[in-house]
Amino acid sequence: MSTTTATSTTGSAPRRGTPTAPGPARLTWLHLKYQFLETVRVPIAVLGNLLFPALAMFFFVVPQEAVAGDPVAATTAVASLGLFAICSASLFTYGLGVAEDRQLPFDPFLRSLPAGPAPRMVARVLNGGIFSLFGVVPLVLIGWLFTEAAVTAPELLAGVGTVLLVSVPFVLLGMAIGYSLTAKAALPVVQVILFPLAFAGGLFVPPAFFPPWLDAISLATPTRAGRDLLVQALTGEPANAWAWPVLLGWTVAFAALAVWAYRRDEGRRFR
Amino acid sequence: MSAQRTDPDRPVVLADRVTKRFGEVVALDDVSLAVGAGELVGMLGPNGAGKSTLLSLVSGQRKPDAGTVRLFGGDPRDARSRVSLGITPQETGLPATLKVREVVDFVGGHYPDPVPTGELLDQFGLTELARRQTGAMSGGQKRRLAVALALVGRPRVVLLDEPTTGLDVSARQALWDAIRAYHADGGTVLLTSHYLEEVQALAERVVVIDQGVVRADDSLGTILRRVALRRVVVRSSDDLAGRPGVVRAERLGDGKQELYTPDADALVRELVTSGTDFHDLEIRGASLEEAFEQMVAHGHAPERATTGIPTTTDGARL
Repeated sequence: MSTTTATSTTGSAPRRGTPTAPGPARLTWLHLKYQFLETVRVPIAVLGNLLFPALAMFFFVVPQEAVAGDPVAATTAVASLGLFAICSASLFTYGLGVAEDRQLPFDPFLRSLPAGPAPRMVARVLNGGIFSLFGVVPLVLIGWLFTEAAVTAPELLAGVGTVLLVSVPFVLLGMAIGYSLTAKAALPVVQVILFPLAFAGGLFVPPAFFPPWLDAISLATPTRAGRDLLVQALTGEPANAWAWPVLLGWTVAFAALAVWAYRRDEGRRFR
Repeated sequence: MSAQRTDPDRPVVLADRVTKRFGEVVALDDVSLAVGAGELVGMLGPNGAGKSTLLSLVSGQRKPDAGTVRLFGGDPRDARSRVSLGITPQETGLPATLKVREVVDFVGGHYPDPVPTGELLDQFGLTELARRQTGAMSGGQKRRLAVALALVGRPRVVLLDEPTTGLDVSARQALWDAIRAYHADGGTVLLTSHYLEEVQALAERVVVIDQGVVRADDSLGTILRRVALRRVVVRSSDDLAGRPGVVRAERLGDGKQELYTPDADALVRELVTSGTDFHDLEIRGASLEEAFEQMVAHGHAPERATTGIPTTTDGARL
């Protein structure tokens, strides 16, 4: 028993007798844990993400009998607002949050530790997923208690999985913004991006009401792709055929943008 | 304990003809510096001289516009090169919501063989603060934590940027002791300061940087001799600026002249034997600060009065 522990710590890839440096998985876990702690210790930041979509649900969905009374429409509304919660949490937390972090003197210190950008970025993406789930919980509760929205257990599970996947491109976009801009510039940019994306993606008004030209634009947005996939997971209503390729395409593009922005960034900007 | 594996001919830190610009400002202009294993090098210079910029290149935070920087022979921008590097975060930058123990665990988790958190906290007198959030620490406590974080990974080289700025005397002494102990164990230290006193207390070798250029790079003794000028104040009708041994001269009010020279005795002897008319002779040692300021201010503010001590002028800092 003790032999196994010994081999696992010193046996793999001995570098001139020195203990092995922690691998990417351990580093990612380390960053995940402390990023999570840092965020959770500021409860208002977490609560803000929970409250806004929940209030929107109460004001715009619950009072409308036509929506609230129809299981599919109500579930779709929950999915749409849920996705909005994800977009907003990802873009604000990662766009603004990263930009603010970068202005702290601790950031250059972190960058000098013996870990590449990957563990920190992956941890941020995972944390984005976790906080997205937090943001969706009140929506699910309201939908369940105050509307006819209904899902089966497998559907809910599929929904949770989809939420985690769909949050990835938005976290990456947020990081690309955060590593490119100062906090002051990141705030308006996030707002300018978030609301049109949310509207065009059919998160406020169902895409069924869109004119054809707007629907064509809508189909190319990551928000629409995410919404359709989430609706599909929760109601079984099939997503548009382009949803997966579009979501994947934006994920790759935003990942490239985020890595590029991180590489280019050297901490505080001087002019 | 930490065996030095570095070839003495191959420096652990190397900057070769490095230039770094920020827009119009040239922070480092063709700077070369090599630090061997086990050295304790102090970098002196006024704020904005380029010291911190040089450290940021060595720790891989920035890349030079020209020239090469090497850390243990590798590119410092590659994370693997930084496994044996320790640096201090700036005290203001500690994540305020994390607890002291958590910050140490977090930073230590990046290294293959970190000092156990309890042991490190004990060594730096932070044990009682372990469960406190860093935002609730005093300035001196944050400084101690910052230096502790530089040492948590058992580094072979540490970069200390102004390690004791703003500390009281006893806190400063305690940190100096920790740095000396690390060095005595075989560690290499590259530290910056704008306190001559600090560099004098710690360093064996001194590099003076000003306006992005290395002005001097020598052993502490040699540098001190260079800056240890005497100040001779005398009233005379003759202009004494050109006398042998006078490095710098200034005219004070009421006919007095202020002369700086490495050898005041020789100067006085010369004044007497040459039959120069003089009176009210006054000799005292120029403070290190004054002499140092003279050394780095050379060329851009030659007429400046020597009352301004560089450590109090907190200029814009790159």
